[in-house]
Amino acid sequence: MYVVFLVFKNAFRHKLRTSLTIVGIIVAITAFGLLRTIVEAWYAGAEATSSARLVTRNSISLVFSMPLTYAQKIRQVPGVAAVSWANWFGGIYITERNFFPQFAIDAATYLDMYPEFVLKPEEKKAFLVDRKGAVVGRKLADQYGWKIGDQIPLRGTIFPGTWTFTLRAIYDGVDAKTDETQFYFHWQYLNEAIKARFPRRGDQIGVYIVEIRDPAQAAAISRDVDATFRNSLAETLTETEKAFQLGFVAMTETILVAVQAVSFVVIIIIMAVMANTMAMTARERYGEYATMKTLGFGNGFVALLIFAESIGIALAGGGLGILLTFPLANAFAGAMGTLFPVFFVSRQTVLMQLGAALVVGVVAACVPAWRAARVRIVDGLRSIA
Amino acid sequence: MHTESPETPPNVLAGSPSHSDGGQPLVAIRNLTKYYTRGEQIIPVLVDINFDVLPGDYIALMGPSGSGKSTLLNLIAGIDKPTSGEIRIAGVDIARLSDGDLAAWRAANVGFIFQFYNLMPVLTAFQNIELPLQLTSLSRRDRRERVETALALVGLSDRATHFPNELSGGQQQRVAIARALITDPTLIVADEPTGDLDRTTAEEVLSLLERLNVELGKTIIMVTHDPKAASHAHKIVQLEKGILVG
Repeated sequence: MYVVFLVFKNAFRHKLRTSLTIVGIIVAITAFGLLRTIVEAWYAGAEATSSARLVTRNSISLVFSMPLTYAQKIRQVPGVAAVSWANWFGGIYITERNFFPQFAIDAATYLDMYPEFVLKPEEKKAFLVDRKGAVVGRKLADQYGWKIGDQIPLRGTIFPGTWTFTLRAIYDGVDAKTDETQFYFHWQYLNEAIKARFPRRGDQIGVYIVEIRDPAQAAAISRDVDATFRNSLAETLTETEKAFQLGFVAMTETILVAVQAVSFVVIIIIMAVMANTMAMTARERYGEYATMKTLGFGNGFVALLIFAESIGIALAGGGLGILLTFPLANAFAGAMGTLFPVFFVSRQTVLMQLGAALVVGVVAACVPAWRAARVRIVDGLRSIA
Repeated sequence: MHTESPETPPNVLAGSPSHSDGGQPLVAIRNLTKYYTRGEQIIPVLVDINFDVLPGDYIALMGPSGSGKSTLLNLIAGIDKPTSGEIRIAGVDIARLSDGDLAAWRAANVGFIFQFYNLMPVLTAFQNIELPLQLTSLSRRDRRERVETALALVGLSDRATHFPNELSGGQQQRVAIARALITDPTLIVADEPTGDLDRTTAEEVLSLLERLNVELGKTIIMVTHDPKAASHAHKIVQLEKGILVG
């Protein structure tokens, strides 16, 4: 208890210096938390995937499609429980700035395969029976103020023309990690309309979603699916849903690495600032430490005072930084709209912030504590004279 | 030397003096030598020092600057180690103690009074005096009683809650004296205790030291430049260029 008392007294001896140091740590820990949250948001799609789902696409590129007939063949592969499919629509809502993902899906099978999308039964039913119906995530509906029954026009880029959908259902995510910014409508509606105008583009699928019975067999089933279509006009590439999502993340990996590097650089900078502060603080007090040693306090006690003060200041700043991260992250997410479908400060990020603050406190105290513990009493006393 | 554990120092602040146990020296210094090395150069600071201090003595160590008197005081107080020789204090050769043992020994046996008081600026007078007692197993109540007695002894009961920067130099030195006394040490060492004080205040501090010696029987070794301060001591030991000359 006496150590706590002394540490508290010492920490606030130079109120301005301590306050500025704490402010520095708050800024660094908040920035660290925010950057980590951005990185996590980038990976959110991959993190929210199911190990029981595989994605089959054209092996050349996602741009190329596969025939609808593949669905039946995939269903026959041992270990496959169900098959659904989706096409990327890529439409524009009013202006290009209003970006959100839109998929034409085989509604009945798709929604069964994604239990993380929670729909009201009556809304789900309304969507399933309306071929021009659409279902959207809660966040997306809130962003544009859409209500059930609204008409939503999308200008097609891949599929020409203006496509108007009736909002029939709004889904909620089963947890915070679920993407609530997606827009789904019936593949059958898209297919019929396209086939009428461009017959050669009919019955084409962007990706198949394959539900498997045993996630441990994912690699073997993937191989079997791809083997089924080897030497065909549209060879396939099957991978886990997570690997599929990570493929998108990999396209922007350089940016992610840069963001991660910046998040750690911020911590290293504050560590250097804190170490300088603690070195200055300890140097000023060499005489006092020497006096304490003269009175019988050991080197360890002196080192403990410095460590406790450094860690105390770092944790105070860290704690406030963590608290500040939440409103800032909310504000950031609001400003970014649907760019980051899933954006929240995770428990892991909070623990990393806390860990970073602790590391800053410990590292900053190492050299000053070592020096103060090692300084000879006579040399310390001489510093007073 | 006290036979009690350093964990529970006796309280003689409120009691009668603990005087000498006859002719046995409290401090016995034999063939004490201290060198400093700077690169390959060896600088002798103390050369073959021999002298005794009896219990209840009041010794003034005098000499010009650089004569080694502060170094000798530091060695006796156990805050520096000799190059060779023996420093026996109440039978314990402190030159052979480890750093940890020496710290514990200092806490139990030596009271320090410094020229610049060396009080903790963040602690009140009361808390500064109480500081050495944090190393003991005394209860909070016992500590408070002792500190209040020590404050009364140095005439600062009304300054208990004052911080050092709210006290005059003389008052700060009296707090330092109370701190030196609080664990009832065998020996009190004072390094230029009046060096930073005006004449009147210095006299007050010297009178207080004299009272500690006479009334409480404390053995005091004091380094001073000031002949007037030295005149309060029973004996003056002169050092010149690291050699005892009288």
